[in-house]
Amino acid sequence: MKNSLIILMFFVAGIVSGLFAPIPRVIPESGLSLYVLYVLMFLVGVTIGADTTAWKMIKSFRGKIFLVPLSVIIGTLTGVGLVSISINSLSLKESLAVGAGFGYYSLSSILITEISGETLGIIALLSNIFREIITLVASPLFAAYCHKLAPIASGGATSMDTTLPIIVKTVGKNYAVISIVSGTILTILVPFIVTFILKV
Amino acid sequence: MIVILTVLTGGIILGFLMRNHEMMIRIADRIMSWSIYLLLFLLGISVGVNETIIRNIHTIGVRALVLTAGGILGSVIVSYIVSRFFFRDM
Repeated sequence: MKNSLIILMFFVAGIVSGLFAPIPRVIPESGLSLYVLYVLMFLVGVTIGADTTAWKMIKSFRGKIFLVPLSVIIGTLTGVGLVSISINSLSLKESLAVGAGFGYYSLSSILITEISGETLGIIALLSNIFREIITLVASPLFAAYCHKLAPIASGGATSMDTTLPIIVKTVGKNYAVISIVSGTILTILVPFIVTFILKV
Repeated sequence: MIVILTVLTGGIILGFLMRNHEMMIRIADRIMSWSIYLLLFLLGISVGVNETIIRNIHTIGVRALVLTAGGILGSVIVSYIVSRFFFRDM
């Protein structure tokens, strides 16, 4: 997620080539992306497994720190489930899968595209990018008018890296570890929860 | 999508076993970034050639924003309970 700009550049470059370059229709339908996705998921696993600092940090904390990512999961899915009533074209399942990206837009949109097609994939990409942007912009408001955990909850999976600086700035250094642990746990869970929701 | 979850879990186990081979992990991390770039480039292409998506990008954007608002609001509200009862002393 650190390379958000590079990621967006590749995405935009793809759109531009799709729009204007004579791309043979074979490429999007070749199934190539499915194999790249398998490689990606494997490597995501490798980096999770090898992340000893994350494991140590999670282990060193008393149980209550897990309540933060848990409340983000319950809150996000409930909130998304409720607003999805107003969106006729999306099923509850599809809406929940988009929400279960928790701001981790690159991985969630790729997964959702592969399982449910590019229309839902693009909704997931935009929705999760919005989650990061809104957190970056609104964290000071959340901290001032809601509560200290609000910016962390809003950041979701991004509270471990891209939105961490603004979170620490608005709620203080003693929330940094909670923010990192919550974001890390959510980041690890995204591929599992998204796949689970769409496949059950 | 059993395959995805199996591959992911297999990766976690292998990564855990190789956690001290920093060089390998760094290579894995690099390939991971590039496969994300490649996949989002491919997603971009399929969006670009898909006239239905391009024509409806406004509606799609609004839907995405509504979902985001619901997700953020929901998690801010539920985490308030956690904040109120478990992190009062902070």
